[in-house]
Amino acid sequence: MRKVLVKTLACLLLAISVSSCVRLKEYQKNRLKDSEMALANRKVEKNELNFQSYREGASGANAGKTGGGCGCN
Amino acid sequence: MRKVYLSIIGFSIICRLSAHAQTKPDTVVKKPVFTSYKSSSGDGSEFSPKALTIDEVNFVSSYYWQDGNHSAVTGGIGTENVNDFANGLDLKLVWVGDNLKKNTISLGFNVDHHTSASSAFVNLSGASKTGGTRIYPSFDWTTENNQKGTSFGLGAYYSGEYNYKSIGADLHFSVKTHDRNGEFSAKLQGYFDQVKLIYPSELIPKPVSTGPTQITTASGNTFLSNGEVVKPNIPSSPRNTYTAAFSYSQLINSRLQVMVLGDVVTQNGFLSLPFHRVYLSTGSAALKDTIEKLPSSRFKLPIGIRVNYFLGDNIILRSYYRYYTDSWGVNANTANLEIAYKVTPFFSISPFYRYYNQSAAKYFAPYGAHPITDQYYTSNYEYSKFRSDFYGIGFRIAPPTGVFGWQGLHDLEIRYGHYTQSTDLLSNVVSIGFGFK
Repeated sequence: MRKVLVKTLACLLLAISVSSCVRLKEYQKNRLKDSEMALANRKVEKNELNFQSYREGASGANAGKTGGGCGCN
Repeated sequence: MRKVYLSIIGFSIICRLSAHAQTKPDTVVKKPVFTSYKSSSGDGSEFSPKALTIDEVNFVSSYYWQDGNHSAVTGGIGTENVNDFANGLDLKLVWVGDNLKKNTISLGFNVDHHTSASSAFVNLSGASKTGGTRIYPSFDWTTENNQKGTSFGLGAYYSGEYNYKSIGADLHFSVKTHDRNGEFSAKLQGYFDQVKLIYPSELIPKPVSTGPTQITTASGNTFLSNGEVVKPNIPSSPRNTYTAAFSYSQLINSRLQVMVLGDVVTQNGFLSLPFHRVYLSTGSAALKDTIEKLPSSRFKLPIGIRVNYFLGDNIILRSYYRYYTDSWGVNANTANLEIAYKVTPFFSISPFYRYYNQSAAKYFAPYGAHPITDQYYTSNYEYSKFRSDFYGIGFRIAPPTGVFGWQGLHDLEIRYGHYTQSTDLLSNVVSIGFGFK
């Protein structure tokens, strides 16, 4: 019962949060387009992500490696 | 799953708070903002060059070193000392076609050179070579239709090192929402790898021959017992990886943007590494030495969220969370927070912290702990239960007149990180990146 309640609450809040997004004009996006705000890994992080994929069991969902392509798993 | 729901709830709360923040007048155009972004018209006029031009060149160099005492080569005991020097050059070329679509070609060329102390023990005598070089070039072509807000592209990869070869390809596309505040992306990717079957020296199958004995060292040199060198002919085994990666990014308001990411990954083939030893318990004092054996398929499901927030006029919060689960029983959580403080609009300092934990895979046991009756077994601590902490600091400088007054050098980044695992593995990594435009 508790599981169903948490699921329902999560879906409800997700729906509400999406509806709360504000429609932005181009001139309102200058902060968002700052290079530090990019929704991506930094270029200089590239090799850090490589070593993490070798040393840890998990990978993926970070626009990086998901397995294959090297001796790592 | 509970953690996933809690993440969604947390995300929802942030969104609601941010939505209320918009009821106040935004100061975005009233106050000087510490941002290096130069506003563009957004009408596609940035697609002015028709001819092929070099848009960007990036060079990243890293030095990584680690130490620990749980090497998989020696069955979960022994040195894990590794040094790795990695260099990568990425070149981005753009042109606008007659159909007014922007085309981008990205070329990458990366070379890693490493030394690994445990590699010496592929041969029991400790005489195997410890160094290796990996070369991995990449190619990507992307075409963008700015009017429709769509893009489509193809990519190809190659990776080659002595004991491992890989080729890969991907197909990717993206589409923006009507108001251009959201974007959905998808990428289908395949890697087709070949693992060279280099076994520990004591486990190399003995040839049945009445002539001179053939000896293959871990470094791939094969010779006969009479001293005659023969051409090595070590067989390989395939490993295939297929990934479908999806993401959706959304601008929430003028300070907040989020991205939800998810990958569906399936692997099949030879998923062990042939030179990883396992010492099986036989019930007596003696242990049986064999090689790691893992299932021939694996399914992975990582899902993540990035939330970036511009706090005030000179602080940017970059956060990331990932939940991971796979068919081998590894469940992991990763949380990352980086605080980029803009000392000036063109110079920032970014301390960061990353937390990671995982449960052990079903097939992991430490040295000598696997019973001989186990179907699958590994003593690779990558599959053990552990937590890790990674923290450090980064610096980025990108003045409009170029770094050190050199107009061509657009930005310079330096980053250092210290990593510790509860398995006693520790490492350090220092990277420097140069961006040319």
